[in-house]
Amino acid sequence: MITTSIESVPGRKIVEQYGIVQGSTVRAKNVGVDCVAGCQNTFGGELKGYSQLLEESRAEALDRMIQQAEQKGANAVINVRFGTSTITQGASEILAYGTAVLVQ
Amino acid sequence: MENLIGLIFTVGLIVVAYFVGKTIENRHFEALKAREREFLDLPSLTTQHSYDEEGIQDCRLVYGNVVISGDYFKMVLAALLKFFGGRIVGYESLIDRARREAILRMQAEARQFGADAVINTRFEMSKLDAMTQNQGTGMFEILVYGTAIKVNHG
Repeated sequence: MITTSIESVPGRKIVEQYGIVQGSTVRAKNVGVDCVAGCQNTFGGELKGYSQLLEESRAEALDRMIQQAEQKGANAVINVRFGTSTITQGASEILAYGTAVLVQ
Repeated sequence: MENLIGLIFTVGLIVVAYFVGKTIENRHFEALKAREREFLDLPSLTTQHSYDEEGIQDCRLVYGNVVISGDYFKMVLAALLKFFGGRIVGYESLIDRARREAILRMQAEARQFGADAVINTRFEMSKLDAMTQNQGTGMFEILVYGTAIKVNHG
């Protein structure tokens, strides 16, 4: 499965369009990570626990998007975009979406 | 008496946060400069058509993210400065280094793929404060993503 953030797959011709595919995941923080983050908050800087948490979530969202594309019979997802939103206090949604296409 | 102890504790925390925060920040800026030099041969561009499409062998989506927060000193300073308006330098440098760090992570992923460049790079930023009970210092995630490409040489 090819994924790109541009409107084409360079060097290959798009033969069929399958429309929008999306994958999302809602993740909550965990207490351990939150305690460490609380301490780091005092001094500022990167909160590694959260960086990792969100990276894993994003990988999961991308996976789900790719699964959906595979079900439609696509072999590439083009123009992939990301979104993040807070659902309730303590949980946020990570979204990945793009256009499923068939390329030669 | 209790108020006095509370005040001393708060002021102490701000002073400690200032010095520790400043040291971490300076060290990070030094590291950023060194690592950015390593990636000079792997530029990340915001354009989509800088390379001839025929010459591109392979492509893949790459991304990098950073979650960063301010410290107590920056929070207090920002609260004071907000009264007068204008630039809030503490947060400017914080966001700047977070964004550069995220770009470097994306470029590291692109290098693993064996890419020559990253095209159509986009920034995304979201506030995560509501994710915690902690409303204080301001916590946000910066995401950078783009398409890593391998170019046909020769």
